[in-house]
Amino acid sequence: MVDQYPAIILLAPFFAAIAVSLFGSWKNGLCLPMAIIALGISLAASIALLGQVAAEGEIVYLLGGWSRPFGIEFRIDPLNAMLLVVVTTVALLTAVYSTQAAVLETPNKYPQFYTLFLLLVTGLLGMSLTGDAFNLYVLVEVASLTSYALIAMHSKRAVLASFNYIIMGTIGASFYLLGVGYLYIKTGSLNMVDIREILQETGLYGSKTIMVAFMLIMVGVWIKMAFFPLHGWLPNAYSYAPSSTSCILAPLMTKVTVYVMIRMMLTVFGPEYVFQYLGWSNVVVWMAVLAIVAGSIMALAQTDLKKMFSYIIVAEVGYMVGGVWLANETAFIGAFYHVISDAFMTLCLFLAAGAIITKTGKRSISEMEGLFRKMPWTMVGFVIAALSMIGIPPTCGFFSKWYLINGAIEAGHWGYVVALLFSSLINAILFFKVFEVAYFSKPSHGQEKDENQPESAGTDGVGEPPATMLAPLLITASGLLLIGIFNQDIVILIRQAVSSFGFIGFLN
Amino acid sequence: MTITEFVVSRLNYWIYVILMMIGLFAMISKKNLIKKLIGMSIFQTAIILFYVSMGVKEESNIPILEHNIAHASDHAEASDHGQVEEIRAENYANPLPHVLMLTAIVVGVATLGVGLAVVQKIHQEFGTIEEPEILAKIKSGHG
Repeated sequence: MVDQYPAIILLAPFFAAIAVSLFGSWKNGLCLPMAIIALGISLAASIALLGQVAAEGEIVYLLGGWSRPFGIEFRIDPLNAMLLVVVTTVALLTAVYSTQAAVLETPNKYPQFYTLFLLLVTGLLGMSLTGDAFNLYVLVEVASLTSYALIAMHSKRAVLASFNYIIMGTIGASFYLLGVGYLYIKTGSLNMVDIREILQETGLYGSKTIMVAFMLIMVGVWIKMAFFPLHGWLPNAYSYAPSSTSCILAPLMTKVTVYVMIRMMLTVFGPEYVFQYLGWSNVVVWMAVLAIVAGSIMALAQTDLKKMFSYIIVAEVGYMVGGVWLANETAFIGAFYHVISDAFMTLCLFLAAGAIITKTGKRSISEMEGLFRKMPWTMVGFVIAALSMIGIPPTCGFFSKWYLINGAIEAGHWGYVVALLFSSLINAILFFKVFEVAYFSKPSHGQEKDENQPESAGTDGVGEPPATMLAPLLITASGLLLIGIFNQDIVILIRQAVSSFGFIGFLN
Repeated sequence: MTITEFVVSRLNYWIYVILMMIGLFAMISKKNLIKKLIGMSIFQTAIILFYVSMGVKEESNIPILEHNIAHASDHAEASDHGQVEEIRAENYANPLPHVLMLTAIVVGVATLGVGLAVVQKIHQEFGTIEEPEILAKIKSGHG
């Protein structure tokens, strides 16, 4: 049983998805309990697995007992063990949130919604678990295909956004597949660790094919994570999607793809190749600087709450890509710590936005008057998420920025430091603009009622959202504080994983 | 190496690159959403052709073992039963890329299916599948 944790994590949501699609349309009430039980099992197994990995180090799980390079293996180090806990936690919280939201937003597609939701989680978990380059492609597509469908379930604009996402996402995945093909031509292997060993042993670093493979894989992954010039699909897709969909997609899709990039750079090509032989760090970090600045400025121009958050994600992707490519241990710790904290920050923001939009029916920032009085607990969650985005201690956003800035100073990359501070300032402006409207402006019309209204989206007199929406929001908000306060434990785990990659010696 | 040799010796790669560019061009520049999906399909098929062509070897056979050929480790045991040849990898086409492409074809079909379903929904919502018309409808407030 203990040895089977990696399989349980992946298979619990997968089988639940099949069960929901079989029995869900027969009894709609079964969907949510099945989803929550499956995600609960998955969460418990991933926490147990994290404990195991922290104690024993890297675990290799062979599927079907076939050893590498013949079989597919799952490779779990402290990094993806933590990511698994993040993915399952976010999924579980979103499932709880969707109790009411899914009924309101996708009323007659209840079983379909949960089937796709669980398959999406399966894909994301698989992306973080797998140690096989081609298997990764399949799982990326599982996660992407389900997210296209989930986004398209909502309004008119969401359908068009979903179509653009299909086109861009397919280009990204196909580039990745092509890159894997080039790697296979040269190395004859698809196993990640095997590829790295072959590259090192046979001296293939000079090969142009390998360089092209690396470029194709990076571009493919960057499209999937919406790295700045390739971000076009993200803002509309995330802001017009149903709120429970954007609550799971926005925090997880980009972050898990950032992890895929880390996996590709460190496990498949190896840090010596990426940072020492190619030496492109400087260029990519400047691209990240551009992403951070552009994302922040575009966020400033938005009037729609969810769209503003979507552009903040574009900037945050710049933080993480830059942090990884700064090529030193401190910045890498910052980048991975930011993957974890940003997942929860984004979740918290989108949960709050979902609650606000469901209750008031308003999406525009200028219409948020008097929200602090109408829904104080929701706004508590929102404020904590906002402070974390700005980077105020003791929230987790402060510590990730601290490590990122320290790493950038160590690497002597001042452009990145300036961009990070600039983006924090813009975040402060953005969120205080919302606070100002929500706290000081008097509601111009409609009377206030303090007790719970029946959930009728679109009415003006509103109170707190139902408990199933509020509870995940407040849990996530307290999570932000806890991740910040216990940052040392997380950093120790990341350091444990980084030491095995041998980062030292790549300071530029 | 002359230009002709350079092209002919890598003919399969040239074909996949040309097909891929046709697909990419259609995906980016066509205004009709179905044409975009056709481009996407060509793009994916080009990559499938690339994988399939890389498994091919000259003068090789399909990768099915005949009964008088045994694995090297079984050699001693099998030699009691008569004439046995060893497996020679160069005699067989590489089956792995082909098998991978079975999965990739399935993924491609699924993507196309989702894409067509989404286009159908766009047609229901907007009454057209021409991108400029849809954008005009969104701008004029019907979206």
